[in-house]
Amino acid sequence: MPKRTDIKKILIIGSGPIIIGQACEFDYSGTQACKALKEEGFEVVLVNSNPATIMTDPEFAHRTYIEPLTPEFVARVIERERPDALLPTLGGQTALNIAVALDEMGVLEKFGVRLIGASVEAINKAEDRDLFRLSMERIGLRIPRSRYVRSVEEAEEAIEYVGYPCVIRPSFTLGGTGGSVAYNREEYVEMVKWGIDASPRGTVLVEESVIGWKEFELEVMRDLKDNVVIICSIENFDPMGVHTGDSITVAPAQTLTDKEYQVMRDAAIAIIREIGVDTGGSNIQFAVHPETGEMVVIEMNPRVSRSSALASKATGFPIAKIAAKLAVGYTLNEIRNDITRETPASFEPSIDYVVTKIPRFTFEKFPQTEDLLGTQMKSVGEVMAIGRTFKESLQKAVRSLEMDLRGFDRVLGSDISPEKRRDRIAEMLRKPNSKRVLYLGEAFREGFSVEEVYELTKIDPWFLHNVKQIIETEEEIRAGSDLIRTGAKGEKLEEAREFLKRIKSFGFSDAKIAELTGLTEEEVYDLRMRADVRPVYKLVDTCAAEFEAYTPYLYSTYEEENESVRTGRKKVVILGAGPNRIGQGIEFDYCCVQSVFALREEGYETIMVNCNPETVSTDYDTSDKLYFEPLTFEDVMRIVEHEDPDGVIVQFGGQTPLKLAVPLGRRGVRILGTSPESIDVAEDRELFASMLSRLGLKQPPNGTATSVDEALEIARKIGYPILLRPSYVLGGRAMEIVHDEEGLLQYMKEAVVVSGDRPVLIDKFLEDAIEVDVDAVSDGEITVIGGIMEHIEEAGVHSGDSACSLPPYSLSKEIVEEIVRQTKMIARELSVVGLMNVQYAVKDGEIYILEVNPRASRTVPFVSKAIGVPLARIATKVMVGRKLKDLGFDREVFPGHICVKEAVFPFIKFPGVDTLLGPEMKSTGEVMGIDASFEIAFAKSQIAAGNFLPTKGRAFISVRDEDKPRILPAARNLVEAGFSLIATRGTAKFLRENGLDAEEVFKITEGRPHVADLIKSGQIDLVINTPLGAKSKADSYYIRRTALVYGIPYFTTIAAARAAALAIRRMKEEEFHVKSIQEFHGAGTKTPKA
Amino acid sequence: MKGLKKAYLALENGAFFSGYSFGAEGETEGEVIFNTGMTGYQEILTDPSYKGQIVLMTYPEIGNYGVNDEDVESWRPWVEGFIVKEYWDIPSNFRAKKSLGDYLRENGIVGIWGIDTRMITRMIREEGSMRGVISTTESRRDVLVEKARAVPPIVGRDLVKEVTSKEKKVWKEGDYEPWKGYRPAEDFLEKFSRRPRLALIDCGVKYNIPRLLVTHGFEVTVYPASAGLDEILSDSPDCLFISNGPGDPEGVPYVVETVRGALGKLPVFGICLGHQIIGLALGGETFKLKFGHHGVNQPVMDLETGKVEITSQNHNFSVRPESVERKARITHVNLNDETVEGIEIPDLGVFSVQYHPEASPGPHDSRYIFSRFYEYVNRYLS
Repeated sequence: MPKRTDIKKILIIGSGPIIIGQACEFDYSGTQACKALKEEGFEVVLVNSNPATIMTDPEFAHRTYIEPLTPEFVARVIERERPDALLPTLGGQTALNIAVALDEMGVLEKFGVRLIGASVEAINKAEDRDLFRLSMERIGLRIPRSRYVRSVEEAEEAIEYVGYPCVIRPSFTLGGTGGSVAYNREEYVEMVKWGIDASPRGTVLVEESVIGWKEFELEVMRDLKDNVVIICSIENFDPMGVHTGDSITVAPAQTLTDKEYQVMRDAAIAIIREIGVDTGGSNIQFAVHPETGEMVVIEMNPRVSRSSALASKATGFPIAKIAAKLAVGYTLNEIRNDITRETPASFEPSIDYVVTKIPRFTFEKFPQTEDLLGTQMKSVGEVMAIGRTFKESLQKAVRSLEMDLRGFDRVLGSDISPEKRRDRIAEMLRKPNSKRVLYLGEAFREGFSVEEVYELTKIDPWFLHNVKQIIETEEEIRAGSDLIRTGAKGEKLEEAREFLKRIKSFGFSDAKIAELTGLTEEEVYDLRMRADVRPVYKLVDTCAAEFEAYTPYLYSTYEEENESVRTGRKKVVILGAGPNRIGQGIEFDYCCVQSVFALREEGYETIMVNCNPETVSTDYDTSDKLYFEPLTFEDVMRIVEHEDPDGVIVQFGGQTPLKLAVPLGRRGVRILGTSPESIDVAEDRELFASMLSRLGLKQPPNGTATSVDEALEIARKIGYPILLRPSYVLGGRAMEIVHDEEGLLQYMKEAVVVSGDRPVLIDKFLEDAIEVDVDAVSDGEITVIGGIMEHIEEAGVHSGDSACSLPPYSLSKEIVEEIVRQTKMIARELSVVGLMNVQYAVKDGEIYILEVNPRASRTVPFVSKAIGVPLARIATKVMVGRKLKDLGFDREVFPGHICVKEAVFPFIKFPGVDTLLGPEMKSTGEVMGIDASFEIAFAKSQIAAGNFLPTKGRAFISVRDEDKPRILPAARNLVEAGFSLIATRGTAKFLRENGLDAEEVFKITEGRPHVADLIKSGQIDLVINTPLGAKSKADSYYIRRTALVYGIPYFTTIAAARAAALAIRRMKEEEFHVKSIQEFHGAGTKTPKA
Repeated sequence: MKGLKKAYLALENGAFFSGYSFGAEGETEGEVIFNTGMTGYQEILTDPSYKGQIVLMTYPEIGNYGVNDEDVESWRPWVEGFIVKEYWDIPSNFRAKKSLGDYLRENGIVGIWGIDTRMITRMIREEGSMRGVISTTESRRDVLVEKARAVPPIVGRDLVKEVTSKEKKVWKEGDYEPWKGYRPAEDFLEKFSRRPRLALIDCGVKYNIPRLLVTHGFEVTVYPASAGLDEILSDSPDCLFISNGPGDPEGVPYVVETVRGALGKLPVFGICLGHQIIGLALGGETFKLKFGHHGVNQPVMDLETGKVEITSQNHNFSVRPESVERKARITHVNLNDETVEGIEIPDLGVFSVQYHPEASPGPHDSRYIFSRFYEYVNRYLS
């Protein structure tokens, strides 16, 4: 069936900000879809609120709307664009929910928009548990016993049928939000209440628990002719009970016989037909009883999912791209397999390696919450590794995590007494947690049997035996250290070679071998080179080598034949960003991909190295060559040696590649752009300070302490409050502001280990300063400012967590000009070639430099979208010798509109965590609001971030004393916008004294009904609450948490509250309008050709 | 890793690999082919079509789920040798009865693991299937390569006689019920008012073929491949079926004769080797593929419906389309390489497929073929 001709214009909905449960995999799928549909000649309209995505780059769609992903805003886009069709299956749950809402609102019908990919009926059949259960019964399959409830009363009845333990799952949520396991009535009732709150539709599913059953997933594709293929099977290492997004998963399934696999395959095909997903991909999850083989269906996603991205990377089969083509009428056999070229897409990939995915967690960011995994997803990213055996792929995945793991490192504290060790291990195995895989290692070291570990974890013995073999081999390596040392010298060369080759093929890193043998990592590397034990590279080809492959998508292993052919072209290696985590997300993948595009335009062969399966950078057709490998020195160095590139780019992948700059440089690898020496000046405190004083620039008074006494002395000298942080960190880990000596001592005791090697950095904290971020690009001769961003929140809130406005909305012209001058001065001094980011604090008319990063910053994509200039692309060209002048970017762009970036937080997923912002970064993603006015741009950013600003109702205000005068403008604006005010006693009194009418309400501790009661009963529409003193902290925490859980917009800083009040006022006067960025940038601004 | 016994593999092109032994020790020879299925090694091992061949599994982790009593396609494993990347000795599966290594050892089959199987696969892809030797007793490269070169090629050889049934028998086992076992034939047959009597010529039949035939309403009697047409006709069957089997269809002229004689007298069906034999009996030609089709992911289009089915395949030879075009209609085509996957002559009641609709291992997409057989016979008989 050829392409449909009744459709010309297609609307694609993206997935919005990166949140837990919806990460950059949907940028990957959306980008593929945009490309595929454009290629087919369709006019593509895209809506996505996330500026950090590659898909929102103007070239991927004809019209790109960076607007909030709400049904209302998308309706406006539809009204304006009048697309023929809406493709909702590539933007995660967000897009699917919006499509359903648009249908319910009658928007689709009104404007004659057809849904393609999946019908509303199919979506509802898959998403609504009752309908899903009925569908499954119709085709003779079973799902766990369950009931759908809307109240505690209904829940009481349901449990009679379902029984304990049971799982409580809210409907229509992302990544299993609110899903929990209850073992008794008390827990059950509490969780049901919570689940009803968490579900956008107030409905909860109570379900028979299948905890401990084996978990499998199949990725299925179907076309309009009802051809169905299975792209990939996935077996979860962690059995049922842990959300699949939080599970270690392995492809293909390892422990199913063909009979069992075919039963599952038949079921999957029957399901996709019964649900009625016409075209595209679906993900279906199954649970299998380990002893009886009984199979139940867990769920089905009638869309491209996180697992689809993984399956695509695991097999080389581009699910999203094919799904897009199927949606417009092609059948599978009409689409060519890009990798083999000659065979069609209507086949099932066969793989000849093992793929392991490990989720990346950031529990260290949320110390108030327990490191415990369940049915609610908590991981923020993932890594994937490919090996020829499970052991190899597992160990490669572990070292890809960017957690300084060399392999199965020790996690059991050495202070634990021998008799308690076993208990501790058993405890850490029984409760699923982010470190459980490492505790498996500890268990086998401690002599646990596979059977014992199985009883505690229900992890399939096949996986456990593999881990056990790894641990046993650690012993062998320890015993073989002499052989490794002497062997390489030639005494026992053959024997040493064979030994090294064998342990390397088990996935042991040089760093781990070094640790076990007492050598250094570099020594192991050199010995290995001398013994000629090098990895070879194999192709990911969808077909287990049955057909020739034309796409160089490679992974390393220790075998005979190397399939990676070095070309004679000039080439550059780009190092990616590794797993998404807080502090390092999709922004860096955006930069890496832009860099690839630029290098390709400049005629270079591009070679990408990365290990994050969610990304566009790891799409096989992004770069000329893709190495799906860990970003460690060993793995990267070997690729560089093999490829012998003209240079390596470390500037775009955040801290991960940057930290390789020095070790690679030491081995003579050419680092493109700003020199490692300059990077060092920016990173090294003393060098940096002396540079600033040379330039006559200011920084906040500061010092470096290598002991507690030293810290106290420095603090006394510069005065409190002070900002404390360990050296060399990203995303503000373990940063804190302390106001007195007591706080300092506590930090030194609890938060860091201070030593000569690891000093603690101390800065004077500038209270109430305005923070400013600047991104600039320099070619070594001239520097052009990309954008100056004024933060909404005051200094002290991590720049990644702060909203910001481009251009600045309150800074004077003089200050802005001075910032420009200083930025250019620094760039010249550091001989920056490429990107540079500077963070300033402005206080009382003085400008202080907080930080200089001679690399791509988190804000580069935002700035690029705001000014309509692809900064990372220009920076790359500059790094390979082009000049800004030639690229047409020799002066600043001043857009005629305002862009506001807002951060998005994962607080709702972490019970017990406060929503206050601080120097420690906590956001997972970002959105952008763009408009002619600051107020509306800010309003859009809030709505896009899920903070739905109300335009009427009652605003609750409770702020600490020093904030009281500063909250008045916001309060006035709200009153003038027609809000009534309600406040706690002190704040109410103050408001009244200043002529504002304010009701009084109890604090939590003062009696009832208190403010949280009002929030819960829907009597408060907006919350403004700044942190009170330590005494009432618990009180104000509870207010914030309640607002969060009940979805009431809340602001925890005065600055944000003021901006919000301004926005609300404006929203009363002005309708929202939507406009594509192509239009924003089309007229007025000059876009360089780069 | 200590205590592992070395094993060696040599190929006729001079390639030589050193790995570890599993299964039986000793030496074995055959044509080395690769199978791309990620599941189903037990079915593969017991498929008589692999007689004369050493099978290499492209999926690297093998042995994970052990072996059980049910997943067998004949009464014993037939492969000449087994090559895997990583052999797994400790099975993990609720149906597992023993380890793969023990099973192979008991049946005298030599296995080798710990070698670059992808490299060998690529060699076979480029140079075609090749003869090879696995040995745990000889480690000298030259000696083993020479032995590999001395292995008789399978072209023209009669391997069927080594795997066919010794005597005629009535087939009594029906389809599998998870996880209870195979149900008796009567459970299925009793549902059919018409139960055509089918004579199955066993060229090395996979059990799942007669299992599914009875499941779809046929009363099946299995005959040795050497059974003559007269012997078969004397039992007055309603139709004839030629099974899969090992090697070259030209190696079994006597079966081709039987089929030629039956054409026009009885409806004739075939699967795999049976399909090729029918092709020859129609006066067509077969040819040897470069490295055959061995896997469970081959896309085949049913030209009648335009639908694609993912099929299980295991063959080295193929029917040349132009040699049968004038007599038969091509019903199915392989979408990877456009080879013939099915032919029919409605007037004669002839219908055969190259692939394996009985799967085992592999997808169940093509089970409808058995219903189509059934309809054919009924149409022919009425």
